[in-house]
Amino acid sequence: MKILGLLSLLATHLSANSVNIEENAGQFFSSGHTNNWAVLVCTSRFWFNYRHVANTLSVYRSVKRLGIPDSHIVLMLADDMACNHRNPKPATVFSHKNMELNVYGDDVEVDYRGYEVTVENFLRVLTGRLPPSTPRSKRLLSDDRSNILIYLTGHGGNGFLKFQDSEEISNVELADAFQQMWQKRRYNELLFIIDTCQGASMYERFYSPNLMALASSQVGEDSLSHQPDLAIGVHLMDRYTFYLLEFLEDIHPASKSNMNDLFKVCPKSQCVSTPGHRTDLFLRDPGSALITDFFGSVRKVEITMETVNLTDPIEQVEQNFVNEDLQKESYSYVDQLPVSEIIHQGLQLVNNNPGLSHPHLSFTGQSVCCRPSSISSI
Amino acid sequence: MAAHRCSRSALLLVLCSLCLFSIAESQETTPAGDHRATGVDNPQSVTGSTEQMAEQPTVVEEEEEEEEDRRWEATRDEVETENTSAPDTSAPTFEVHSSVPKPKDDFQEELVIRPLHSGDIYASFQFRTLWETDFTTGNKVSHYRLFPKSLGQVISKFSVRELHISFTQGYWRTMQWGQPFLPSPPGAELWVWFQDSVTDVDETWKELTNVLSGIFCASLNFIDSTNTVQPSASFKPLGIGNVTDHRFLRYATLPREIVCTENLTPWKKLLPCGSKAGLAVLLKSEKLFHSSFHSQAVHIRPVCKDWQCKTKSWELRQTLNVVFDLHTPGQGKQEWSLFKMFSRTLTEACPLASSSKIYVDITDDPQGEQFEVSPATHLLSQAMVLGDRRTFSLYDLTQQITFGTVRSLNLHIRWKSSEGYIHYQPSKDRVRPHLLEMLVQLPPNSVTEVTVQFERALLKWTEYTPDPNHGFYVGSSVISSLVPSIVAMDTNSTREQPLFSSL
Repeated sequence: MKILGLLSLLATHLSANSVNIEENAGQFFSSGHTNNWAVLVCTSRFWFNYRHVANTLSVYRSVKRLGIPDSHIVLMLADDMACNHRNPKPATVFSHKNMELNVYGDDVEVDYRGYEVTVENFLRVLTGRLPPSTPRSKRLLSDDRSNILIYLTGHGGNGFLKFQDSEEISNVELADAFQQMWQKRRYNELLFIIDTCQGASMYERFYSPNLMALASSQVGEDSLSHQPDLAIGVHLMDRYTFYLLEFLEDIHPASKSNMNDLFKVCPKSQCVSTPGHRTDLFLRDPGSALITDFFGSVRKVEITMETVNLTDPIEQVEQNFVNEDLQKESYSYVDQLPVSEIIHQGLQLVNNNPGLSHPHLSFTGQSVCCRPSSISSI
Repeated sequence: MAAHRCSRSALLLVLCSLCLFSIAESQETTPAGDHRATGVDNPQSVTGSTEQMAEQPTVVEEEEEEEEDRRWEATRDEVETENTSAPDTSAPTFEVHSSVPKPKDDFQEELVIRPLHSGDIYASFQFRTLWETDFTTGNKVSHYRLFPKSLGQVISKFSVRELHISFTQGYWRTMQWGQPFLPSPPGAELWVWFQDSVTDVDETWKELTNVLSGIFCASLNFIDSTNTVQPSASFKPLGIGNVTDHRFLRYATLPREIVCTENLTPWKKLLPCGSKAGLAVLLKSEKLFHSSFHSQAVHIRPVCKDWQCKTKSWELRQTLNVVFDLHTPGQGKQEWSLFKMFSRTLTEACPLASSSKIYVDITDDPQGEQFEVSPATHLLSQAMVLGDRRTFSLYDLTQQITFGTVRSLNLHIRWKSSEGYIHYQPSKDRVRPHLLEMLVQLPPNSVTEVTVQFERALLKWTEYTPDPNHGFYVGSSVISSLVPSIVAMDTNSTREQPLFSSL
């Protein structure tokens, strides 16, 4: 009797455990993505737009902390705030006043900076139509199983976002770019976050599937900045991203928070503007989409109980270079400033082109003695 | 009874499966350990990762290297029957039973600290990797040890003969600081000699600049024909070779290019020890960019392997020059230390380095009168620098004794207080003038210049004199000095003598 009772207890525990494992496994594979990318863009130039760079860097920091490596992040900063001569603490960008948190960090890799942040480059990165010599770190090499996070911040208006105070991208262009990405199968699911004034206008025109969008303010509203720091002299962050950063600081790679929690970030009482979101194009239920589906990175962990035997130490084979024709003559260093040669070169140039006038050359016929020039050894 | 046996086996099965599940759960809950390791480029991490899931998440590159060494030693001890002496762990080589093949690459690091006359301090880091290999012939180089793979691939793919790239922020003040070790213009500068096997140099140059912009996170892709030249007389190759056809030379500069942490990060990653061990731990961006002058460069060129110069080695030099300035006015020169300059101290040399040294330039002060360096060292070294023979105090980081009992080295350079006195009373408009009094010790046989910058304020229209074209007169400055004089010593003034002799 007792054994039966114990057995039934064990059986129920077992079944409960197995259901848990199945649920975990199911959720692990339900989103359907195998890799994560992030495209983080700050579009504002000038020192007083410090907060936009701080916004982008705080999202960069969270995304890196949750597991997306630098090779999968395309970071575009339109201006340099950290090493700006106006920055009282060089090589730092702070998000909290009293200089609590340096979001610039010590191992940041900015892919597009300064003048390179243009509408054209942004669209080329998204659609993948880059010149062939573009290095890998500047490309968005996503495939149809990639979840991409796109974050834009700067100054915007109803239907447009300003790039560096000289050009704009419209919501129609953006929607078309996403459609191109969908047609070329460049994403599995895409989360679009924008922190600008009238940000919701930028996602009004989306029509591609599997897009989810968040904005810091509705059409007709301004997004406000958070707090200034008196030592630095500018506003450090925008409100929406500030509270977003606070929310993300609580997320860790194994966290189970979902998108519904993200929609609650920064209510009107804190943000003054009304953040908005759009999920009608998203095929899954937002409640089933985890935060780490977009902000973190997928880790496929296979647990094995096998052991691997290490091989024998590598024997270095003494590799003799093919020396059939042994270099008989020795190498030498080149004369750093061969004065006579240079003048001879110039004379030749004049002889070949009699029309050329060389006011600097003197034709006195004096032979210039070649002095061995002292090479300053480094 | 059958039922009893059935239930017992079922119980056993249940217990086994429970055990399995508990193990699976416990291994799931340590995913964080591997996250930190992704940033570290470690070719040997595959073998080490399973062990390290249980260890602390801070995986240090050289820690794994050492573990690797211990593992190598273990297998070797098992195979060999007789005892062999412990290998030199400062340069881990793939040692085998029989003869030890000499490693073909070598890494050296050094730091030169030079206190400048103005009270600023000049620190110059140099990291040099020498590798006897051939990038240019057919057999592709595939095994990289100390030489960074990204640069090796750049050299072979673009048939580069020499490459010099520098990123500089600030302006080198020669009048105050003397000569730098290696001058560099503000912004980015890149000059490259291609091999003469390259057919379309312009095309290769364009691709090379794009690739370098990705490696160094800089906007080098803005280099095009509008800012590229082919110097015909200068910029001769600094490496070995005999052909100097300037059609294979390209020089470009981007004066507006800024240097910040994102350029330092990939630069540090090119070093064999990264920024984890050796002198590179001092390279913290928050301090480095808070300086008057900062310049980091990469130089690649072929050099002679030895004095006979029959074989070619590739040399990669990474240099970083920085000048820290002092901020306190009027208190005399201050004290500098490694911690003050870099917010770090040194605990060890890079294990992959064959030499790791710090040189402190004491040429201007051989007797130790003006400044004092501590901890004191007995090692001195002399070297010719830019045509000048200079003396250095030497600290060898490969010797454990350098670090002393505290296991860390923090060099202090203390300026001996030259008693001075400065009294400055700034002017107040329409109330009082400037007053500046200074007690100065002048070095012998020298010229001392004292300059004061001032701004002119606007006058009210009622304050103009009838002849304002005259300008204003500035009073003379007065120098009071103590001059030895016999007459002044003589207090007996009763003797007959002219009046002027008793002045």
